[in-house]
Amino acid sequence: MPRIPHIKSLETRHEESRVAVLRGLENLGRRDFLKVAAASFGAAATMNLRTPHSYQPVKIDPGNGAAPFRFAYISDSHLYDREVNERFVRSLLRAVDDINAQDPAPDFVLFGGDLAQLGQTSELKLGAQILGALKAPVKMMVGEHDWYLDMGEAWRERFGADRYSFDHKGVHFVVLNSVLEADFWTARKLSPMERMLTVAGLDNGAQNPFTVGDEQRAWLAQDLAEVDKKTPLVVFSHSPLYKLYKPWNFWTDDAEEVQALLRPFEAVSVIHGHTHQLLTQRIEHLNFHGMLSTAWPWPYAPQGLPEITVQMNRPNPFNPLDGCGTGQVHVHADGLVDKIYDLWNRNPITVSKVFTSSGGKSDRPPATTKKSY
Amino acid sequence: MQRIQLSTIAGFGMLILTLMPACGDARGDTAVNVLMCDGKTSIEVKPAETADEGKAIADSLMAQWRQNNPGANWEADVRRSHPRVPRPHDNQELMGDGQGPGHTYGAFTADDLALWERETYRTVLEGARIFHSHKELGSTIAVSCDMCHPDAANTHPETYPKYQVQMGRVVLLRDMINWCLEHPVRSKPISPDDPRMRAMESYILAERSGTPLRYGKH
Repeated sequence: MPRIPHIKSLETRHEESRVAVLRGLENLGRRDFLKVAAASFGAAATMNLRTPHSYQPVKIDPGNGAAPFRFAYISDSHLYDREVNERFVRSLLRAVDDINAQDPAPDFVLFGGDLAQLGQTSELKLGAQILGALKAPVKMMVGEHDWYLDMGEAWRERFGADRYSFDHKGVHFVVLNSVLEADFWTARKLSPMERMLTVAGLDNGAQNPFTVGDEQRAWLAQDLAEVDKKTPLVVFSHSPLYKLYKPWNFWTDDAEEVQALLRPFEAVSVIHGHTHQLLTQRIEHLNFHGMLSTAWPWPYAPQGLPEITVQMNRPNPFNPLDGCGTGQVHVHADGLVDKIYDLWNRNPITVSKVFTSSGGKSDRPPATTKKSY
Repeated sequence: MQRIQLSTIAGFGMLILTLMPACGDARGDTAVNVLMCDGKTSIEVKPAETADEGKAIADSLMAQWRQNNPGANWEADVRRSHPRVPRPHDNQELMGDGQGPGHTYGAFTADDLALWERETYRTVLEGARIFHSHKELGSTIAVSCDMCHPDAANTHPETYPKYQVQMGRVVLLRDMINWCLEHPVRSKPISPDDPRMRAMESYILAERSGTPLRYGKH
């Protein structure tokens, strides 16, 4: 795959110099004190401009005595061609820079879907080139924006199967294609691009709800049948695998059937894209966590928000990157998750396993005074 | 070759009715060039022998016209894509005799109410269309309003006027629309009485109907 020239953003270069300064402080000799102090003052002075890293390092403790490991993820970059919109391109470039700067490097990087905005080959190619600069191996998940121009043909050709599973250091991972809609286009004689544009509109009601589908659920059941129920299970889906708000497809229509397949496992975490916001759900012992987008934040849905979700601040419309970003996840041996959201321009917010397992009673993250309304 | 001009495309039924006698007159070996009343769309056909053939000709002509006029069904398209846009108030309480005859003002009929509703709703639908179209908005980066505000969420039209810190002055909804056009959308601001501005304000207010006004709220 051709690699594009690696250009570091201003923010990345600043972050690197800051990290170097802080490292220097650890081994500080008397002689270097003044030099480092001056540099760190400079770094502190620009803290307000600093955009935190945009990757989501995830720490796994498989609970069998193995060493914990981390992986990172990036989601929902919604790339147009570079000459159409360079803003989303730069956001993804920065996320890649940030992950490459991670030390130690993550074991792998999950991409959470919606790499492209309109599923065009040129958009997918651009995304693949940018993600190709990642040093860690990349696991791809498909989103509806990648799929509905050619029903995933170009995506599968480039990235392989749209659903698969793998084992890593004692954890079983499953990647699903949860954005399958029943045919609404044939009867209306829509062109492929008209179909794509319909699905690309989050609030466009002329489409159908997302599903995992019978065939894929049968595959999932077969895949999970071979896995010990004590094995920690991490499932990636583009849409939330529960029912939040149907008009925006914050929704999977056969969510209950999928949950039933996951329920026998003792430790289950579902990490999903599509919602572009801090989002938490717990259904029985199943935990669900949203990913942030690198492109734009969505508002919270007007109905159906899980009670356990602690909202993030309303994004500042005057800062196009506010509300974007990513975070970190630590999956414990019992399958419960500490999720840290690294929102660009904000302090990180931790949604701990204590918080989720207590049903939101203990260890509550700081609530915003600027909720959606 | 005989050339037939259709007198109307107002309705599909009308089209067939107009076409059929025309084809009947044109029976013979020569092809018939049927021209629609738009003066542009035309089709060359063998004269129809049966009603079904006539209908096929009419369908083909209509399909051709639709292809050349993709925005012609814009209202139906917007209604299909945005079925949750609230309808305007129906004003049914105005119907009836009230205080009796002789009051000219207020003697409304069902037709009046239907007209108000249709025209008001149409303005709102037009706003929805523009709100969701980066081309109408003139975006240079293919960004439309709904990419941050699905169903006009987080637009809060009920909170204006308010002091907008980032602009350093009291603003109205239209000022925020223009700010968004300039910045995230990367287009140009439009005049407050631009039909697009009026339509977008209408749509945003319609989506928020039922919410109490609370000016100055952040």
